[in-house]
Amino acid sequence: MRGKRLFIAVFLLPPLLLYGIFVVSPYAQAFQISGTNWSGLSPTYEFVGLDNFTRLLGDGYFWTALRHNGLLLVLLPVATILLGLFFASMISVGGRADRVGVHGVRGAGFYRVVYFFPQVLSVAIIGVLWKQMYAPTTGMINGFLRGIGLDGLAVAWLGDPRFAFWCVLAVLVWMNVGFYVVLFSAAMQSIPRDLYEAALLDGANRLTTLVRITVPLVWDTIQVAWVYLAIIAIDGFAIVQIITDGGPGSASDVVGLRLYKTAFADGRFGYASAIGVAMFFLTLTVAVMFLRVTRRERVEL
Amino acid sequence: MTAVLTPVAAETVEEAASPSPRRTFSVFSHAFLIGWALLTTLPLVWAVLSSFKSDNEILTSPWGLPSEVRWENWVRAWGEAHIGRYFLNSAVVVTGALTLTMLFGAMAAYVLARYQFRGRRIVYFAFVGGMMFPVFLALVPLFFVVRNLGLLGTLPGLTLVYAAYSLPFTVFFLTAFFRTLPTSVAEAAMVDGCGHFGLFFRVMLPMARPGLVSVAIFNFLFQWNQYILPLVLMQGAGAENKWVLAQGLAALAVNEGYQGDFSGLFAGMTIAMLPVLIAYLIFHRQFQSGLSAGQLR
Repeated sequence: MRGKRLFIAVFLLPPLLLYGIFVVSPYAQAFQISGTNWSGLSPTYEFVGLDNFTRLLGDGYFWTALRHNGLLLVLLPVATILLGLFFASMISVGGRADRVGVHGVRGAGFYRVVYFFPQVLSVAIIGVLWKQMYAPTTGMINGFLRGIGLDGLAVAWLGDPRFAFWCVLAVLVWMNVGFYVVLFSAAMQSIPRDLYEAALLDGANRLTTLVRITVPLVWDTIQVAWVYLAIIAIDGFAIVQIITDGGPGSASDVVGLRLYKTAFADGRFGYASAIGVAMFFLTLTVAVMFLRVTRRERVEL
Repeated sequence: MTAVLTPVAAETVEEAASPSPRRTFSVFSHAFLIGWALLTTLPLVWAVLSSFKSDNEILTSPWGLPSEVRWENWVRAWGEAHIGRYFLNSAVVVTGALTLTMLFGAMAAYVLARYQFRGRRIVYFAFVGGMMFPVFLALVPLFFVVRNLGLLGTLPGLTLVYAAYSLPFTVFFLTAFFRTLPTSVAEAAMVDGCGHFGLFFRVMLPMARPGLVSVAIFNFLFQWNQYILPLVLMQGAGAENKWVLAQGLAALAVNEGYQGDFSGLFAGMTIAMLPVLIAYLIFHRQFQSGLSAGQLR
């Protein structure tokens, strides 16, 4: 028996130590620091209670950033899931129905491999790549527009406050769609083919089969996708920081970038931690809310 | 969870090429599919092509082909722009962190899955709870924890942090996986005189290989593609020699913008991009199942 105790201790203590120092203790300290006016420069600080949070409520920059995260929170999941479902259903069941039955399009494997490309690239590479794509004179997008004679549409995409946020949103959709195509088409593999054949015999068109058969049967997966995309939408830091750095002005600012700049550019660590706590509650609320809203009767097969 | 782990089913049977009234739809849907395929690949192809161009070619014709293959852009990016050094730093940190993650993660998960002891549930939820918190919440205190340990701007510091932040998912996933392994093999090994340690290293780890591979791929991508952690932790005097690839590349993008070495920037991007893309093309099934397992938490 002593051997067992020793074994458990030897196997559990090193991971727990590492985890405790670098993960648990920072998370715990964050709440404490958020109640101080710590500037980082001075070793001393005072507890200011909820001052940071009341200041946060009146901080225009914070609200602008929060509004952008809010927009992302709605638009990113909707656009990504719709595109993902559309492509996945074409790949999995979009092929012709013939004697053999309903199945995927020709080259389904090819599409699944290619669509996934952005997923394996780091956010930094994607950010740098798209910054170049949007570049006013050297970028591929304006190069294309000029090439087909639409010089008037070639604008400074990232330098214009009207477009900057949408450019960022487009990149976030671009980099995420592929993963959900693969996820949804894996879920669709498990739907019995005869359901589609029966629907086709009854004269249902493709849109009807998608809405009436496919979506209800992969609803669980859509729900998971929604929560995960919401978490990406609350973050958004790397892409925004690299592509626009929140600019021009604060036209594409997000809360994560606000926190980073408040802490490591302005040295206001107490206030930055308060932003972190706000982000935590935002994430928690959104996760709980989505799980509530999207709860539905599970379709049993 | 396990459903996602099974590799994506092999290609569905290609249909017989019989003409059908749905042909028009097929053409229509293929147009969309090919459209998105171009949208995902063209930017990458453009970056690779631009890495061979001269700066003048990039400035005058963004869509043109390079007039000759200029490997000197790659050499300049690798050496002068330090992409080579950043690459090496990334490799060192990720190799260390991945080893540590897999070892510690498997150890903790194995004990949590297979042994009864007081406080087991608390330890398990302490690990798994870490998945709920946004990393931004930890950034400020983490910076000071690492600084107080004297590890700010060092590769070992970053390695430990990567490993620590990979533990929640790794423990969560591997605990579930170790539970599914049959108990009869373990009992037989014990009867044969195998100790607890021998049982783990000689019997359980080899049996858990499929699960370990999935988690390792997910953790590799998570660690290799990390951006915010190195940005915060690799600060201070002399830290730019210790930068990892993602961070170095982003900094290069800012600098080359001023200096106008566009071809060098594209070459650096290509060097950063190709190894993972090639590995993905070879092992795409494992990548996709590993990443799906990772994100479906």
